[in-house]
Amino acid sequence: MRDLAPRIILPLLGATAVLLLWTVLSQTVAPDLPSPAKTWSESRRYVLEPFFKDGEMNQGVGRLAFYSLVRVGKGYLLALAIGTPIGFLLGLSPRFHQSFDPIIQFLRPISPLAWLPLGLIIFQKSEPAAVFTIALCAMWPTVINTAVGVRSINPDYLNVGRVLKLSRTRMLARIIVPAALPYVFTGYRLSLGLAWLVIVAAEMLTGTPGIGGFLWQEYNSLVYSHIILSVLTIGAIGFLLDRLMGVVEARFRVG
Amino acid sequence: MPYLDVRAVEKSFTTRAGVTRVLGGASLALDEGEFVAIVGYSGSGKTTLISLFAGLLAPDAGEILLEGRPVTGPGPERGIVFQQYSLLPWLTVHDNVALAVDAVSPGRSRAERRRLTEEFIALVNLTPAAGKRPRELSGGMRQRVAVARGLAMQPKVLLMDEPFSALDALTRATLQDELLRIWQVQRTTVVLVTNDVDEAILLADRIYPMTPGPGAVLGPAIEVGLARPRERRHLSLSPAYQKARQAIVEFLRECRRRPA
Repeated sequence: MRDLAPRIILPLLGATAVLLLWTVLSQTVAPDLPSPAKTWSESRRYVLEPFFKDGEMNQGVGRLAFYSLVRVGKGYLLALAIGTPIGFLLGLSPRFHQSFDPIIQFLRPISPLAWLPLGLIIFQKSEPAAVFTIALCAMWPTVINTAVGVRSINPDYLNVGRVLKLSRTRMLARIIVPAALPYVFTGYRLSLGLAWLVIVAAEMLTGTPGIGGFLWQEYNSLVYSHIILSVLTIGAIGFLLDRLMGVVEARFRVG
Repeated sequence: MPYLDVRAVEKSFTTRAGVTRVLGGASLALDEGEFVAIVGYSGSGKTTLISLFAGLLAPDAGEILLEGRPVTGPGPERGIVFQQYSLLPWLTVHDNVALAVDAVSPGRSRAERRRLTEEFIALVNLTPAAGKRPRELSGGMRQRVAVARGLAMQPKVLLMDEPFSALDALTRATLQDELLRIWQVQRTTVVLVTNDVDEAILLADRIYPMTPGPGAVLGPAIEVGLARPRERRHLSLSPAYQKARQAIVEFLRECRRRPA
């Protein structure tokens, strides 16, 4: 009971303070910013009936979030499918590392906003362009963490494999992959966070239905309270995804 | 011709601080079924020497022959028990040992390999812990798994690199007794590296003292004239024990007084 105060009451206090600040701001310096009360009254239907659908662009947050999650899921899985083998190659082969590490370091900081038009040109459709952008932006943490994980394997483990004269495939399957797995999953968690960051930009630019697309559409329709609704939904889902991956990651941490 | 023949091996390491000559021509000869110990101070190059035997490192000069054939790389016929256990933490005790069994006897049936694995686990008294992972075991139990894995490689020579140095004194004594018992059954050829003179005398037929580095070499072999099977509690009083102990300690002390 004693740790209830710091774990529950303090975060509630913090949230109350932010709500107060938000109210004060909306009453004083930013009159166009909807107050918390107004945001809630204009958004309650979207939250309380999360799966209603009145039209393509007027749907509950649950439905919108679902579209976005499916899109993120596709891009994320593509990122893992490409990023994991590249990471292992980088970690295992010094030659591969020397050949491709400079390019990777060069491509890594490029913003999703820069990739998206290129995706639209290549694929001609907004949906694959969005998935392409998500995959391209989200794969770097997987690539880099996997490579670091492979390179930091305890040399004793590799020596065990050498003494047993394990074949290359058995060495990978029994020693290298399991030893690198904790790092790989850290990469997966960071990649998922990035994929979720990219989705908003991708949907805003392509106008596809989803939580980011909704946000942009409501901005154009001047329904400002729904922008806040979207922002909060994006935050909540991102938080849940990170927690979920944190649990998965912890399961693979071996001592 | 000796079973394991080590002829004047040298090894140096280059670091940023310069070249360190660790081994300056160490020689050793070993017959099949013998238990030999190498005793020396910490940091004198014992681990380097045993890594050369294992083939994990290559000597700069000199050669190592097993049954007359030169050692060129690592292999299970020179199974090794590492100082830091080096068990794979993602595998159970059973699977750690099975990895070695499977690697050396791919021709045998699945059931037979399973039986062999269970035999080696039983040999070190770990059958009840077979399903556990290394992190659930005490240090002593982990080192037993490492011994079981080393034996499961069915090596011509079992190399042991300070296997008990990370354990507390009581556990160490238990494991030494157990190794004595296992060796009595298996009669594997063993090279044990240790910094514990009493451990060497208790276990080995012959002991090579190692001079403190740099440029370490092995001194003349000291025979341990103790009959087998041995029992710890009678040993320390016997004249043969005292004689071996005195010879080793005097050699090591002499080296320290006049560094090579």
